[in-house]
Amino acid sequence: MSEKHPVLIQTDDICVNLQGKSILENVSIEVRKGEIVTLIGPNGAGKSTLVRVVLGLLKANSGRVKLTPKTRIGYMPQKLHIDPVLPLTVRRFLTLAQRCPEQRLKQVLTEVGADHLLDSPMQTLSGGETQRVLLARAMLREPDLLILDEPVQGVDVAGQDELYRLISQIRKRHGCGILMISHDLHLVMSATDRVLCLNRHVCCSGHPDTVRTDPSYVALFGKLPALMPYSHHHDHSHDAHGNIIEPEAGSNHSSCDHNPKDGGCNHG
Amino acid sequence: MDDFMIRALLAGLGVALIAGPLGSFVVWRRMAYFGDTLAHAALLGVALGFLLDFNANLGVIIVCLALAVALVALQQQRRLANDTLLGILSHSTLSLGLIVLALMETLRLDLMSYLFGDILAVNNLDIYWIWGTAILAIAVLIAIWRPLLAITVHEELAQVEGIPVTLVRLVLMLLIAIVIAVAMKVVGILLITSLLIIPAAAARSFARSPEQMAVLAAIIGCFAVTGGLFASLEWDLPAGPAIVVTAAIIFFMGPAWMQLNKPRQQKPD
Repeated sequence: MSEKHPVLIQTDDICVNLQGKSILENVSIEVRKGEIVTLIGPNGAGKSTLVRVVLGLLKANSGRVKLTPKTRIGYMPQKLHIDPVLPLTVRRFLTLAQRCPEQRLKQVLTEVGADHLLDSPMQTLSGGETQRVLLARAMLREPDLLILDEPVQGVDVAGQDELYRLISQIRKRHGCGILMISHDLHLVMSATDRVLCLNRHVCCSGHPDTVRTDPSYVALFGKLPALMPYSHHHDHSHDAHGNIIEPEAGSNHSSCDHNPKDGGCNHG
Repeated sequence: MDDFMIRALLAGLGVALIAGPLGSFVVWRRMAYFGDTLAHAALLGVALGFLLDFNANLGVIIVCLALAVALVALQQQRRLANDTLLGILSHSTLSLGLIVLALMETLRLDLMSYLFGDILAVNNLDIYWIWGTAILAIAVLIAIWRPLLAITVHEELAQVEGIPVTLVRLVLMLLIAIVIAVAMKVVGILLITSLLIIPAAAARSFARSPEQMAVLAAIIGCFAVTGGLFASLEWDLPAGPAIVVTAAIIFFMGPAWMQLNKPRQQKPD
């Protein structure tokens, strides 16, 4: 959809080994302006590692990260723990990296639906409120590229849906590119232009509907639900798409090693 | 007031002024054990200073810094937990310091004054050292305040936002090393960490922002030094421990004071 939009960030054949263990193998991704790319994959698939490489927090063993000049990145980390012994209000939290006029603070907080929290201590926020404040801090930088590491963590299902809708609105309003990690396959599908299924290498990628029926996706998420700690999501998946996820998927494609088809497969 | 008492007060207040704000970071970043380790290693610094015939303060700073670097390097291996590493370094450097001091036969050193402080014996030169480093350290701390706070809250987020995390962290370690070197005179190696963390922890009950907490910690530290010194004079107590106990009393009274004050504020309505 967005072939004409400029590329914000591109990785070429990223390989990462940590303590002799291969975490990422020849991973190539790109994010364009105005598109939402979601990384999904089981635990230990290297999603967070890939994001850390993109952010420059971790050096890849080989491969390149090409960041288009003047691309400002807004980052929303997965976890935030602020010790109760540190007295910190939302206002102070938002201005930790840079000073910011009051009006702008309120404007950004209003956009993420957290304007009433400006003077609350950070430790009193609920899971959903914390995520919104984190999103506000990323937005304050007026980013071209938003990188969100599991943005709905610790949020109830209704709140998750709301947050994904908010992220989608932000993309529309600001035209920024968004790269996010998600555990959840279903809520995120509707808010995504492109899904990358990661399991150390890119198993498949493309439009959510394409990926959903891709054999390697099915092999990864359709066949192994019992092994995954968040299996209840996948049980749900079986109900909704039971007719698609059939035994034949696993028998042919258990190793993710299949011929590209649908134009959606991208093997490293 | 006697001269030695005025000198003791000046030295103690100088240390309290910087120990409060710096101690706030030690508390926020959970570095209490790290501070302890640096303090114990300080004795080795003193010993090396005497052995190689240069300034003891300088020796302490060098040893503390070397230890901080060694610790960072050891942490990379991730084979041992952090507190285990700190425990190993803390006690082995302390023992090494004691051994080196014992081996220097020509030197007659009052070990107790290093372990528990000898604030009543500070001279003018000590006071210059303390105030010089206190002012310098406060200036540096103010300069790096915002980035330091940012990496305390979330290191990776701060790094993505362009803060030189490693540099800021290194400066903080340097500051702690320097303050330990000068605070040693006041409360001694074994009690230094208390001067860093007790006033800061006591300030938490009253503070609504990080800056308030840092300033209050400095003020509480000054109260503890003054109270402890006068208690020491009045009842002939050891000065260093008296200061620490006074700080602890303020810490335990803080929450009670807040409780008592709450209803009073509501009465006028």
